[in-house]
Amino acid sequence: MQPSDLDFQQNYFKLFGLAQSCRIDPVRLEQQYHALQTLVHPDKSAHLPDAEQRIAMQHATLVNEAYQTLRSTIRRARYLLSLYGVDTQEGTNTAMPVDFLMEQMEWREAVGEAQQARDAAALDQLEAHIKRETHELEAQLEIKIDTERNYADAAGLVRKLRFMEKLAEEIHAAYDEIDT
Amino acid sequence: MALLQISEPGLSTAPHQHRLAVGIDLGTTNSLVATVRNGISVVLNDENGRAMLPSVVRYAPDESVTVGEAAQAVQSDDPVNTIVSVKRFMGRGLKDIGDISRLPYRFIDAPSTGSGQASGMLQLRTASGAKSPVEVSSEILKVLRARAEAALGGDLVGAVITVPAYFDDAQRQATKDAAKLAGLNVLRLLNEPTAAAIAYGLDNASEGVYAVYDLGGGTFDISILRLSRGVFEVLATNGDSALGGDDFDHRIQCWLLEKNGLSALGPRDTRLLLTHARAAKEQLTEHDETRITAVLSSGDVIDNVLTRAEFQSMSQNLVQRTLQSLRRALRDAKLGTADIKGVVMVGGATRMPQVQHAVGEFFGQVPLTNLDPDKVVALGAAIQANLLAGNRGGDEWLLLDVIPLSLGIETMGGLTEKIIPRNSTIPTARAQEFTTFRDGQTAMSIHVVQGERELVSDCRSLAKFELRGIPAMVAGAARIRVTFQVDADGLLNVSAREMGSGIEASIAVKPSYGLSDAEITRMLQDSTQHAQHDMLARALCEQQTEANQLLEAVQHALEQDGDLLEPGEREPIEARMAALRDTLQLADHLAIKRAAGALNDATAGFAQKRMDKSVARALTGKKISDLGGE
Repeated sequence: MQPSDLDFQQNYFKLFGLAQSCRIDPVRLEQQYHALQTLVHPDKSAHLPDAEQRIAMQHATLVNEAYQTLRSTIRRARYLLSLYGVDTQEGTNTAMPVDFLMEQMEWREAVGEAQQARDAAALDQLEAHIKRETHELEAQLEIKIDTERNYADAAGLVRKLRFMEKLAEEIHAAYDEIDT
Repeated sequence: MALLQISEPGLSTAPHQHRLAVGIDLGTTNSLVATVRNGISVVLNDENGRAMLPSVVRYAPDESVTVGEAAQAVQSDDPVNTIVSVKRFMGRGLKDIGDISRLPYRFIDAPSTGSGQASGMLQLRTASGAKSPVEVSSEILKVLRARAEAALGGDLVGAVITVPAYFDDAQRQATKDAAKLAGLNVLRLLNEPTAAAIAYGLDNASEGVYAVYDLGGGTFDISILRLSRGVFEVLATNGDSALGGDDFDHRIQCWLLEKNGLSALGPRDTRLLLTHARAAKEQLTEHDETRITAVLSSGDVIDNVLTRAEFQSMSQNLVQRTLQSLRRALRDAKLGTADIKGVVMVGGATRMPQVQHAVGEFFGQVPLTNLDPDKVVALGAAIQANLLAGNRGGDEWLLLDVIPLSLGIETMGGLTEKIIPRNSTIPTARAQEFTTFRDGQTAMSIHVVQGERELVSDCRSLAKFELRGIPAMVAGAARIRVTFQVDADGLLNVSAREMGSGIEASIAVKPSYGLSDAEITRMLQDSTQHAQHDMLARALCEQQTEANQLLEAVQHALEQDGDLLEPGEREPIEARMAALRDTLQLADHLAIKRAAGALNDATAGFAQKRMDKSVARALTGKKISDLGGE
């Protein structure tokens, strides 16, 4: 295949030759990513004129963006829902279940306490716990989108996962803090 | 595409001809040039059979320039005009350098003009005039270029120049400029640990996740890479672009000063002690103790014995700083030490036993040193240069590298809006929309920064540029899309466009001014140390911004529709505006929030009246959009 055979206008799933679904084969995704970058990466056209190097950069940029979108469940679901015309309303819809919000607050406090106490073991535990919860939500998300086609519920799960993502970022920052 | 391939300007059109390309390791202490000959990467030696060119440049009063051993030989006699470790000054302002009294040079500060084009890079006053670090580096590159062309018997098609993975945009740009100044066509700026991984990985047909620990003369990098079926994928990188073997020398230098009760020395003695300190450091790799003897220009004699144990203890926290970077890189890669299949040691400073020991202990395995740590970067760069020049030998590989530090933009109140997070695979681009703050605002200043902190003042400023000619609209109506494009060299290009009018402004990012000492490490460390401080500062900035917007909106409404107010209704509003203005002077975000809330409450009735008036006007045939602006 030549880079000129690729259609960069098509959606990320088609670009990667993958079925348009929330469940995805990570091994195949990575293989396709490497195959695409092998075609378009700027290193392949470093000896060519500037114009071609520029096009290669744009194509490689798009392939990277597509890969980053597809490899993360929350980003993949958000993208998939946008293809279906569903806005996940992460900035606007704040109507989260009270028990979910309470749990988030408790976790946040626990992260803060672990950081204060410089307790890496407590952070390890929290991280493992949050990873499990995240995987559970991701599994539900795949069912809501691929099986039930219930996009409103799926959008709600994406909003929940956004909270989990932020929590994971806080834990990451807390580890760095303990380290210094 | 095929048609274009045979019509490239400046290159041979014969497809089978081998194109001469080299890899250059432009090091803090030593520089090397390598090339692929008959399918094997080899370092090119000088006429005396020496591979390493000391990165030392001397400018004599007669304008002549000497580079390498000859310059190194006179560094203690002519320290002011003999530039050593110039790499530390690349893309750096004077205030980045820290304690300049330890260095024997005459620095010239070059403050930024703020135009975005001024380099802000320091300069060095020499017998041949003021020299920028870019010019000094280009002298080293010129010698290597001449060496390569003599050895290969022809003009070079291009070169791959290596840079520390943790180099920021300003340092990368300075390196590329130096290569251009030396007449080299830069095929790629390649990260040093990645170059080492290529040399190592292709040599050993390795698969799995590897860590490359690269401690050079003046820079430290750690890169975590996954090697699989011809793909070198960098998962995370971290480091410190102002930490290297030189710092270990400085520790010994300080120890000598202390031991002998000396204070500030002249340039000649400063260089003399540094030279002896380095020799002592190297001695302690093989020996348990070393004797340092020197005669200062005052006639005072220095005679001290330094043990390996003492040296290790005085340099312990330097080694600890590298371990901290290792932990961060592993966390960013979401991996543990058990996931690392091998650890590759790069850079002359990794010969120090305490470094080998600490890294081995950290990873729980003996680091790999089967390739010469001084040469492995140049060898890898040559292999990549050969590929990029189009000399395809059948087996190809793919390199996927990352940007080491987050890129962002300054938003209202001195806050950073992160646009591209660190460790994003390059090339990458991200677009972000911003809006105007005032009614009728026609220009917008874009300030690009690099770093992990929330406040702009804590990040490295890369460039400032202005987008003019935004059509006058009410505040918040204009949509400015700013696009950050990072290319395969890790260099940033920023463009901005007003979406309604299509007006575009674009710049290649040039460093605008420098920051304080060792800022990259500081940036990363501080981003976590000061998370709490950042949060408060952020809250304060946000409240101040919102309060200003509110004050402006109320003022505007009073001017336009003040006649709607009954006698006595205007005064309470104005009183609360004054109260809010007073709280803006205090660094208390809660007080500002309270005062803003009070003003909001006081204007509720007025807002209702304005709304009624708008509706009435709309009903009488006027468009609502006429009412919004002026």
